[in-house]
Amino acid sequence: MLLAPLIATLTRAEGWTGLRPSDGSALWFTLWQAAVSAALSVLLAIPVARALARRRFPGRGAVVLVLGAPFILPTIVAVLGLVAVFGRSGLVADLTGWSPPLYGPQGVILAHVFFNMPLAVRLIVQGWATVPGERLRLAASLGFGPGDTFRVLEWPMLRAVVPGVFLVVFLICTTSFAIALALGGGPRATTVELAIYAAFRFDFDLGRAAALAGMQLAIGVVAATATLRLSLPSGFGAGLDRPVRRWDSQGAILRLQDVACIAAACLFLLTPLTMVLAGGATHLPDIEASVWRAALRSLVIAVGAALATAAVAFPMALAVASGRRWVDVVAVLTITASPLVLGIGTYVLLLPVTNPLVWALPVTAAVNVLLALPFAMRALVPALRDLTADYGRLSASLGLTGAAWLRVVALPRLRGPLGYAMGLTAALSAGDLGVIALFARPEDATLPLKLYQLMGAYRMADAQAAGVLLVVIALGLFWAFERAGRDADAG
Amino acid sequence: MKTTSITIAAGLIATGPAWAEPLTVYAPDYFASEWGPGPAIEAAFEAQCGCEMEYVTGDVLPRLRLEGARTNADVVIGLNTDTAQPARDTGLFAPHGVDTTDLSLPMAWTDDTFLPFNWSHTAFVYDATRLADPPASFDALRRAPDDLTLVVQDPRSSVSGLALALWIDAIYGDAAEEVWADLADNIVTVTAGWSESYGMFTEGEVDMVLSYTTSPAYHIVAEGDDTKRAAIFPEGHYVMVETAAQLAGTDQPDLAQAFMDFVLTPAFQSIVPEGNWSFPARRAGDLPDGFDALALPDKAIAYSPEEADAKRRAVVAAFEAGMRR
Repeated sequence: MLLAPLIATLTRAEGWTGLRPSDGSALWFTLWQAAVSAALSVLLAIPVARALARRRFPGRGAVVLVLGAPFILPTIVAVLGLVAVFGRSGLVADLTGWSPPLYGPQGVILAHVFFNMPLAVRLIVQGWATVPGERLRLAASLGFGPGDTFRVLEWPMLRAVVPGVFLVVFLICTTSFAIALALGGGPRATTVELAIYAAFRFDFDLGRAAALAGMQLAIGVVAATATLRLSLPSGFGAGLDRPVRRWDSQGAILRLQDVACIAAACLFLLTPLTMVLAGGATHLPDIEASVWRAALRSLVIAVGAALATAAVAFPMALAVASGRRWVDVVAVLTITASPLVLGIGTYVLLLPVTNPLVWALPVTAAVNVLLALPFAMRALVPALRDLTADYGRLSASLGLTGAAWLRVVALPRLRGPLGYAMGLTAALSAGDLGVIALFARPEDATLPLKLYQLMGAYRMADAQAAGVLLVVIALGLFWAFERAGRDADAG
Repeated sequence: MKTTSITIAAGLIATGPAWAEPLTVYAPDYFASEWGPGPAIEAAFEAQCGCEMEYVTGDVLPRLRLEGARTNADVVIGLNTDTAQPARDTGLFAPHGVDTTDLSLPMAWTDDTFLPFNWSHTAFVYDATRLADPPASFDALRRAPDDLTLVVQDPRSSVSGLALALWIDAIYGDAAEEVWADLADNIVTVTAGWSESYGMFTEGEVDMVLSYTTSPAYHIVAEGDDTKRAAIFPEGHYVMVETAAQLAGTDQPDLAQAFMDFVLTPAFQSIVPEGNWSFPARRAGDLPDGFDALALPDKAIAYSPEEADAKRRAVVAAFEAGMRR
């Protein structure tokens, strides 16, 4: 699935021009900004995730939900949201009189942290949820302080979860292009993906485009093999599978610290989002019927992609949990696949067989599945691994296999992660401009494409309204799928 | 029995009417979108020819190169002069066969493959309520203090960005890299496409945005706002012309030619100003009100498709080198 489009693109290359010196600096910029962005995203996510994991407060569900929103924003909307807050004429400059230096590598990193920290928070919160309640109770009865709890219980969990999360964020940041350029301030912020786009757009140098895409995949292979080696199973053993109550975190200072973490994260993540929503909400009534129809198409693509992702990710996660780790590497690599080359390659592959235009929507959904797979895997693999470790022997002794095992053991415990994975896929697919921009008939336009069309026709206010609709749909899908997963947990 | 009659019927449809298949027109996304000029042009042409036409959207040129001779396109619309030459080099196009002596372009047009349908000058647009005293020339822009802020598009990924690079080349020649280095202090950022830039401008993030002399017409006509203006430079402004062309391998040459003949007629050209927010290639009567109020340069600068293509790599390199200094 990953190599075929790459090879197909190569077959259409007209001669080999090789890479250019500027590609070297693009590679260097891509790597270092991705490493810094991923490290910051994860480091900032850990305290927030811990706070969310050990606090129960009214509205916590809503906080967790909206914290996921930046990740699914179309880049153009997110960039304008960040500009509205951190830009030269933004909120921060208005309030403090000091305008932060938004444009440059720091702007790229800020945007990447804005996009990816919420993802990291969500994945790490899931990790916290896997620490069995019995262990925490035991820790409390042994008089563990927060430091002991961290060393004995939380650190092993983080070691199991964090490398994978870092890897996913790192790889997302390596394929960034419109954000990197818009906030990077100029050609110094050229990423490999932008070089691919430039090679395709005017030079039509498919050989170079494929070579660059291959380079991107190679980064993925190296990073994935290196990181997943670091990730160790937490080895807590089985608990009674009950909701966790924390005894270790009742102190006032800890409480204050957690509140501060959550509040800071909300402020950072939600202010740009609020600016986007506030700007567009007043224009919502002006949205034309065609935009609503496009929204419906995006909804269908999103649900289709979510179902397909579950169908693909579940067996893959099962394979990883039973020891075939290379499957995990393959799944992670799908993020590093250049969406542009995936699109071109698929187009070239379909062209001799059929009219690719007819397949524009299914192909969009399929590419979304590929791109969402790694996130789904990050949610499913740790859960499945624990499941096999904790319930494997019991299941085997009871002779539970196949469908019965799935029904009795796996699904009830995996509906949470599965719902999360599907929700994330649906939300991502709804917000993704993706391959639809490469080939489509006007009647196939999705909501993100309509948003770009509105902007292209000077209708910035209508575009903002479409952005609000997009956020609502994506969050709604995320909420619905997650909810379905959580209800099952409770039952 | 039933299948045979269906087969016969299908055969009749395929060979019967003059225009059995719709005319397939490849167009950029903005053009064919419901907010672009495409739908109105489609309706006008269909009414005239008694045929069907359909748009296929996307990045027209790379798409055509991917498909080569197998393409379903009969006509391609939206290639501008700066990207026309690589399209010509594919050998996929046939002459347009239309008389181009009486155009309202700011320069002579002799190309026999690419037929112009609209044009505008590249220009820096500003908001008069925020920038009372815009630079009066390109030189003044180049020497502007650092607090004058600009956003431009990347010449590697955007046609308007490429037009700016060619514009600078046309005025300054070998000094282009210096000019980029001078502008780098003012350029807040470079975006991949026009929409991101223009969005930043309307949000008030920058003083000036790289756009077109016709951009203010949108604000005047659609929003009743005359505060958005193009800064006019005596050095001249680079002209962006968009074209239509027909494919040599079309299976409906008559219909494709009928469309080419339609392009410069008033029915098509009258849709251009408020559909595309640009000037028609052949004026049909008066322009809409807002267009009369536009500030326009005395001097237009243009490269032919051949010149623009020959210069493209060098001007992009000047951008990369100058901005990195």
